[in-house]
Amino acid sequence: MSRDAGLSVEIAQDEPIPLHVAFTTGPSEVLAIFGPSGSGKTTILRTIAGLYRPAHASVRSGAETWTDTVTGTFAPPHRRAVGFVFQEYALFPHLTAAGNVITALGHHPRAERRTRAEALLNLVHLSVQMTRRPHQLSGGERQRVALARALAREPAVLLLDEPFAAVDRTVRRRLQDEIDELRRALDIPLILVTHDFADVVRLATNVLMLERGRSVACGSVTTLMSRPDLSWLREAVGLGTVFDASVTRTYPDRGLVELTFDGGTLLAADRDVAMGTTVRVRIPAREVILATREPEGLSLHNVLSGTVSAIHADPAFDHVIVQIAVGRVLLLAEVTRDAIGRLGMAVGMPVYALIKSVSIDLLTVQARDATKAR
Amino acid sequence: MDWAALSLSLQLGLATLIVLLPISVALGRTLAVHRFVGKGVLESLVALPLVLPPTVLGFYLLLAFGARSPLGQLFGSVTGHSLAFSFEGLVLASIFVNLPFAVQPVQRAFESIPTDVREAAACCGMTPWRALVAIEFPLAWPGVVTAAILTFAHTLGEFGVVLMVGGNIPAETRTLSIAIYDRMQAFDDRAAGVMAATLLALALATLVATNVLSRRVGRRDV
Repeated sequence: MSRDAGLSVEIAQDEPIPLHVAFTTGPSEVLAIFGPSGSGKTTILRTIAGLYRPAHASVRSGAETWTDTVTGTFAPPHRRAVGFVFQEYALFPHLTAAGNVITALGHHPRAERRTRAEALLNLVHLSVQMTRRPHQLSGGERQRVALARALAREPAVLLLDEPFAAVDRTVRRRLQDEIDELRRALDIPLILVTHDFADVVRLATNVLMLERGRSVACGSVTTLMSRPDLSWLREAVGLGTVFDASVTRTYPDRGLVELTFDGGTLLAADRDVAMGTTVRVRIPAREVILATREPEGLSLHNVLSGTVSAIHADPAFDHVIVQIAVGRVLLLAEVTRDAIGRLGMAVGMPVYALIKSVSIDLLTVQARDATKAR
Repeated sequence: MDWAALSLSLQLGLATLIVLLPISVALGRTLAVHRFVGKGVLESLVALPLVLPPTVLGFYLLLAFGARSPLGQLFGSVTGHSLAFSFEGLVLASIFVNLPFAVQPVQRAFESIPTDVREAAACCGMTPWRALVAIEFPLAWPGVVTAAILTFAHTLGEFGVVLMVGGNIPAETRTLSIAIYDRMQAFDDRAAGVMAATLLALALATLVATNVLSRRVGRRDV
């Protein structure tokens, strides 16, 4: 299972915290470990970092074995190339921002460390506060220092424990965009622990859902988000398809952008994204209208043709979720039971999905240049 | 003023510090960071001199130092003189008496370092030794200095155990606090007064210094 530059993890224990998971993640992937508090999320990160030793576990990074309880292999935390951003950041309070980053540069010659620390702080958009101590920095700034310090080790895996829990909404968005940008730039797996599904939708490529220490769902976010039958998902964030698309044309005068994806093109209302960038798109299921014939004379921009691939009627829920295959994207539409009956909707039937350009959410936008993204 | 007594007190304080400080850093950090069987018992043993009457402590130390005890015999065979009623015996006794004063502030200081900060040091690639020097020690030093000041001041003032273990031998075991008692017995109020005032001033300076330092520990929160 293990890949050359990836990370593979297996944990099995019943006491003191029940935990049974196994997963593999590759370079540039973002694995979100999602679940309620107490489900064992942080313990998984601590196991990878070597801060926790489960009863039975194996942790492999590329060709290296960090933990293997069968052979008794255990590399102490300081010998593992792990970048760990702690929930409360865990900055060294007696050191400046630059000093904090320098502590993780021990593998470089002393003379180079300061320059490298400054470059890393620039990378996380923190250049003027380098000589400040943690207590003089805001929550978002501390997070950036923690991130720069984690990257300083040139880690083989980057671990983020609830990275947005302690910052307000505006800072949260900015940090999410920056982490997304980093992920594309870095060739390592990134593992993110969160209890907020919005983080998963915005940042993750893959997701591991935990409940009381067991994996209840595991796979790509796009696949998970196009499943019509997950009632908890509907309650958590509302159903909606999530996929990545590239910006193929911009119409600044009309306030629109053209997005190309695996099933065609879409027009979305946005004027702030650049040509050629990749964006994560979310189309809420409630915003999708279905038609059996191609309609004309409408104000909306997007009419996608597809085939009904699944119909999910949950007895506990008034509406019906219809899954439509549009190219390789599985679109979800939430419609009334009445509509299903009227249109005679059945699996395999060709349909048109109608989507207003303003209903398309652009979640993360790959920044044109770093200063703009701030 | 009994200058020999003052000098002896200072020497005793210094000798106690030199031996006790490394022990208290090792013991205090262990108690702060690790969990192990018998930790509660160890903590109680460290605190014991706080509640035990000095005479009781002195009695047992004297027994342990006696020429018939293994420790006394070993010391006698190496140095040729007895451990009881000697300066070395006084230093050893002083170490036991000061254990809580030295260990507890160090333990509190290491406990005040958040666990994740300690773990972050390891995740930054620091060896345990490097983390101790670069992260933990700079954060815990006010506690270590407090321990040193308290130990030194307490050694200067210790009376009961010193009298039991050391007796009252001039320039060998007669410390300043013993000298005060000695002068009072001889109705030499003036000399006793000067020496008492000296100890009072030292004690006051100690408390001011520890107060300032303990406020520093509090300020070092993340």
